[in-house]
Amino acid sequence: MKRGLRLARVLLATQYAHMVEYRTEIALWALSGVVPLMMMALWIHQADTAGAMGAASGGGSELSRVDLARYFLSAFVVRQFTIAWVVFAFEEDALQGRLSPFLLQPLHPLWRYLSAHLGEQATRFPLVLGLMALFLGMVPWAAWLPSPGQLLLALLATGLAFAVNFLVQSLIAVLCFWSERASAIERLHTLAMLFLSGLMAPLEVFPPTMRQLASRTPFPWIIHFPARLLAGADVNVAEGFTALLGWLALLLPLTLLLWRAGVRRYTAMGG
Amino acid sequence: MDRYLKTLLRFWGTALASQTEYQLNLLFDLLAMGGNLAGSLFVIGLFFQGGRSLGGWTWPEALVVLGVYTMLDGVASTLLRPNLSRIVAHVQEGTMDFVLLKPIDSQFWLSTRTFALGGLPEILGGLGLMGWAAAVAGARPSLVAVGAAALLLMASLTILYSLWFLLATTSIWFVKTWNATEVLRATLTAGRYPISAYPNSLRLLFTVVIPVAFLTTVPAEAILGRPSLRWLLAGGGMALGCFALSRWFWWRALRSYTSASS
Repeated sequence: MKRGLRLARVLLATQYAHMVEYRTEIALWALSGVVPLMMMALWIHQADTAGAMGAASGGGSELSRVDLARYFLSAFVVRQFTIAWVVFAFEEDALQGRLSPFLLQPLHPLWRYLSAHLGEQATRFPLVLGLMALFLGMVPWAAWLPSPGQLLLALLATGLAFAVNFLVQSLIAVLCFWSERASAIERLHTLAMLFLSGLMAPLEVFPPTMRQLASRTPFPWIIHFPARLLAGADVNVAEGFTALLGWLALLLPLTLLLWRAGVRRYTAMGG
Repeated sequence: MDRYLKTLLRFWGTALASQTEYQLNLLFDLLAMGGNLAGSLFVIGLFFQGGRSLGGWTWPEALVVLGVYTMLDGVASTLLRPNLSRIVAHVQEGTMDFVLLKPIDSQFWLSTRTFALGGLPEILGGLGLMGWAAAVAGARPSLVAVGAAALLLMASLTILYSLWFLLATTSIWFVKTWNATEVLRATLTAGRYPISAYPNSLRLLFTVVIPVAFLTTVPAEAILGRPSLRWLLAGGGMALGCFALSRWFWWRALRSYTSASS
């Protein structure tokens, strides 16, 4: 137990120091997450002009412009803290032969990646706050303050969502042991994430069948659910947490099992 | 000129030969193209629910814009990304010196050295969508309109190239700016939708500061058979301006380049 705590402290401290070195790149990376904000502009403009046209019959336009602004701003923040990049880090480590020494150490390599992600999020935190303030300045009429309870729930949901996304990526990364196409699979995963998670449009405007279909995947629970919580919108809290915990319970053993099977057939690059 | 053409053919011939080694990759590229297009169609479809329009554009008209965007995205993954991402490596490893010593324009060498087959399905898919959607929208383009559309597409490609090259050039000074192209890529996704679907402030930003409007909406107008002399001149001017800027910026960068070891 004591060893575990010390390890965690050392890992987090070194990874944080490492990530702070790359703060410019992380800032640019954070800025490249502006897509939900562009979608916000489009949806708000659409809501405004559709109101003027008065032709909105069905199609789920119950969301007001304030709802839309809060939702997309929240989605932007949630996205920033649920990003995972295990596939890329793992692929590089495997190709460069760094994985072999990691495997010899008495520490599961996934812990190393996890601490790197947490260190990166800590570096990202002030940057996201600044960006959020900037974007909120563009839609001052949407400013809101979530209650402490809501904030806590949103924080918890974002943390769980990150865990799910991290495991999905780890699962894809583990496929590297069998095939060199893991990054191609990751490309397809990125697409599904983009279109099904609610980054491009809130799930409330999806046609019912599409919405149901999306809910069967982990993606909307990773962005849409925590974002709705943070925005203070009406949301089924129990259902969301059940889904997140369910995905965790499914993915964690699966990833660890596949990892063990993969390590057994690992022969190191060039070996 | 002849020498450049010959060099270009050599460059792309070798790139093609090395990439046909990996045929399975093409399957994944096709899948990714299909997924991306299906997702984009789905999202645009959401805006049209309940018989609405998107910034005054009908469904097939908006698809012309998406077609132009898909084609441009394909060009970025075929030519721009594979070539320009290497500038950073050249600077870091000192191989930039070899490029500069070659008896050929360095900007040409760096921009055309290789290409990736992976973006070709996207280019073809984009062109197909463009043509099909224009036909459905009832465009009966005259010869003038077709000419204008071709010119504006060329202008849009030039602008796209110049923007990428400008950003890639900054890595001569600051090695760690490759992520800036991710910001560019994210910003250019704004071109998936007609520019009139955005609020006024963004419309201005996307026309004057970041010329997203000239990338997709302006050529799409011409493809739909409603070119205007004003936009043709503006598009051409913007393209020439951007290209000249990229040339000048490269020249500036080279003047302050001091090689890797110094």
